[in-house]
Amino acid sequence: MDTPLIIGGKAFANRFMLGTGKFKNKSDLADSIRSSKTEIVTVALRRIDIDRHEENILEYIPENITLMTNTSGARNAKEAIRIARLARESGCGNWVKIEVINDTKYLLPDNNETIKATEVLAKEGFVVLPYMSPDLYAARELVAAGAATVMPLGSLIGSNQGLKTKELIKILIEEIDIPIVVDAGIGAPSQAAEAMEMGADAVLANTAVATAENPALLAKAFSLAVEAGRLAYLSRLRAPQGQASASSPLTGFLHE
Amino acid sequence: MKVKINGQEKDLNGSSTLKKAIEQFSKDTSRIIAEVNGKIIKGNQWEQTFINDGDTIELVSFVGGG
Repeated sequence: MDTPLIIGGKAFANRFMLGTGKFKNKSDLADSIRSSKTEIVTVALRRIDIDRHEENILEYIPENITLMTNTSGARNAKEAIRIARLARESGCGNWVKIEVINDTKYLLPDNNETIKATEVLAKEGFVVLPYMSPDLYAARELVAAGAATVMPLGSLIGSNQGLKTKELIKILIEEIDIPIVVDAGIGAPSQAAEAMEMGADAVLANTAVATAENPALLAKAFSLAVEAGRLAYLSRLRAPQGQASASSPLTGFLHE
Repeated sequence: MKVKINGQEKDLNGSSTLKKAIEQFSKDTSRIIAEVNGKIIKGNQWEQTFINDGDTIELVSFVGGG
């Protein structure tokens, strides 16, 4: 009934993406990947701590999962490009979620620097998924720069506020022809379903899942909500109406 | 020989190749990505890459992130 989500020439049946940050323990992450049946997860790149041994997160992510390295920590295009190039050297693929953030209070992405980084990395053959503030002009420039998707924020990172930018994301869904992945601020499955119902192509969540008391259970709930929202969208559900409309036939025989 | 590894001044125990330097500071080298003086050095070149006094080495790896 549904068509697969196509990103960077790869087809995905599951439209829920999972971030791997903030999990209390790595087994919760592995369980969440399994329970949600997610096919795409994000990871970050950091300096190793040379004074102590650290766990390798990749051991908890099955090989068939598509890894997308984010450029968190980058404050401008140049730093994002450097992170992406380093990540590619690991042999873990060429998918990059560009995240350029200067503001430490609101952690809002810098669309201009994101566009610059997208242009350079797309030319170098990366599959570029830029995290952005939902702005139509910026989204158009990202498309022109070679982005594989755009990832507009629903609300502030880690805030669980949901789809505060709903009307702006609707415009992107209407006007932008590459997949729209709603990222950041999605705190509950109902919010993910809402994004999918209005026509988003995928949803990414991290904080909500990682900080739940039972992450694997919530990951599954998110995945089901994303699927439910997707099916609702495909069903072409009707918009809310101002008047009542009887759902049972009013045969009228009681009052004749 | 003194080098800067991940922002810290470190003494290399007489090791002269990048491979030996990395092994001195990390047990699991499978997913480490290395930069010497801002240039990425691929894993298959670690053994042939000689480290000089005063070099800046960055060693990075994957962690959880959203």
